[in-house]
Amino acid sequence: MAVTVKKNPGDIIFSSLTAIAACTVIFFIIGILFVLIKESSLAREKFGILQFLTTTTWNPVKGTFGALTTIYGTFVTTLLSLVMAIPVALGIAIFVTEIAPNFLKGPIGIAIELLAAIPSIIYGMWGLFTLSPLMRNYIEPFLQQATAGIPFLNLLFHGTPMGIDILTASIILSIMIIPFTASIARDSFNLTPAIVKESAYALGATKWEVVKDVVIPYSKLGVFGGILFSLGRAIGETMAVAFVLGNNHKMFTSLFDTAATITVTLANEFTEADKDIYLSSLFYLALVLFMMSFIFLAIAKFFLLKAERRQSR
Amino acid sequence: MKRERIRKFESSMALAISTFSAFLGLFWLVFILGDVLVHGVAALNLTLFTNDPAPVGVAGGGLRNAFVGQLIITLFATLIGVPVGVLGGTFLAEYARGRAIAKFISILSDIMVSVPSIVIGTFIYAILVKPFGHFSGWAGSVALSIIMIPVVLRTTEDMLSLVPWELREAAFALGAPYYKVIIQVVYRGAATGILTGILLSIARVAGETAPLLFTSFNNSYFSLDMNHPMSSLTATIFQYAMGPYAIWHTQAWAASLVITVFILALTILGRLVIKWRYK
Repeated sequence: MAVTVKKNPGDIIFSSLTAIAACTVIFFIIGILFVLIKESSLAREKFGILQFLTTTTWNPVKGTFGALTTIYGTFVTTLLSLVMAIPVALGIAIFVTEIAPNFLKGPIGIAIELLAAIPSIIYGMWGLFTLSPLMRNYIEPFLQQATAGIPFLNLLFHGTPMGIDILTASIILSIMIIPFTASIARDSFNLTPAIVKESAYALGATKWEVVKDVVIPYSKLGVFGGILFSLGRAIGETMAVAFVLGNNHKMFTSLFDTAATITVTLANEFTEADKDIYLSSLFYLALVLFMMSFIFLAIAKFFLLKAERRQSR
Repeated sequence: MKRERIRKFESSMALAISTFSAFLGLFWLVFILGDVLVHGVAALNLTLFTNDPAPVGVAGGGLRNAFVGQLIITLFATLIGVPVGVLGGTFLAEYARGRAIAKFISILSDIMVSVPSIVIGTFIYAILVKPFGHFSGWAGSVALSIIMIPVVLRTTEDMLSLVPWELREAAFALGAPYYKVIIQVVYRGAATGILTGILLSIARVAGETAPLLFTSFNNSYFSLDMNHPMSSLTATIFQYAMGPYAIWHTQAWAASLVITVFILALTILGRLVIKWRYK
């Protein structure tokens, strides 16, 4: 459908202007990558790649830095939050697409979108002042008692419940990513053609069987893409967890331990870095974070596009 | 017969669980918003907007510097981000329509929207703070505009694609060059949609904290100078909530209320306009 009009001087100017504006996005991504690689060169030379990624020491005083504790913290909080968020998000998507009466669809959809619009710093503050005391006084002691005799499980809930820990941070993070996962899952569910669902109903399937055996298999690519997208977002989330994680660089074993993620480390230490190697290591962390989230988001986008293409075929 | 009853029971259980999860989502929304509202309204007063921060222990301190700083930083981010985003979206939907480059940039923008905002903060620190030796309001605005551009670009692209192609053909038939067709016909047709996209993108960046922490930093004094560190509501909330004083916590709640109401109002307004225009 591209147009080939005779080039008018106004058109040449306007089209190049728009082309430059569009290319800023490419420029930013290359620019970020280039700048982070350049700024982290000091740390990369000193610690190498493999050593940096597998070292657990983070000691600004001695000037030795390794990323393993923060990468570990990032992945544990992200995975925990996904485990908590995915069932709820899928439930919401099923409710909105299949169960809700029409007058409820709109309001619930808007509510979920509002949940996504609340700034992450509000989540963080609410977590610190409201959720954290609730966790410390009620939920965490309860979990500890409930798992006291069970082998393995009691290790997960070991230690003094402080409310400032991995569990609290993961819960906040899960509330934050529910809306993303839910809205992508809802859109994918909506792509299932009505006629396929009606055929299943005609065979006598119950509503749940239609969802489980028709809708979900039909939209699994999109849902999977949505989950990966939420993963990509969750590993880069900063303010929601910065308040309640404690920024403690260690290989924790209990969910009641304080920890550090890449984002929290950056937020807390970036302006305090007094030595070049310290700052350079923080840039190195930012580079690791950027690559990780970019790769997850790109894979997610690939699946979402594939789901979309299959639909239009 | 028995098997049928089991299937029916299974079905109603599963549906009950998903209904429950929908209300769980609602519950969190009400819980968080209600909490911000209760604490925020109690802390809200006029001196908050008219006074600058006072030393802890001195009564009558406010957050005027943060309110004004936030407005200025967001305003300049919008002034940088909107033109670039709208023009970029125009390229994708018009001049490069259907070409591989348009698809490629569109996908990159979708990814860019979700790239960790704190990484953008470190990027701007390296190019706009470190070389100059000090934090500045400009760095904060540029950081926010980088988050804004892909959002505006994508909505503009989508909105321009909704304008019927025949409309352009009608204008071509009158002998108008393409750029005039875009500016005078296509933009007019998509104006509401683009405006909505801009509103939503402002809502998106106004609540950002992470990219401001090492760009505009914070400033306890009132300042209109974009070349110096500038206070923002979000960075102030972070500093105050983490601080030890009860008065700081109260003020952080008040600031949270103001920024939440502002962002949710923009979001709802945007949704309403879309619904009203494209129903």
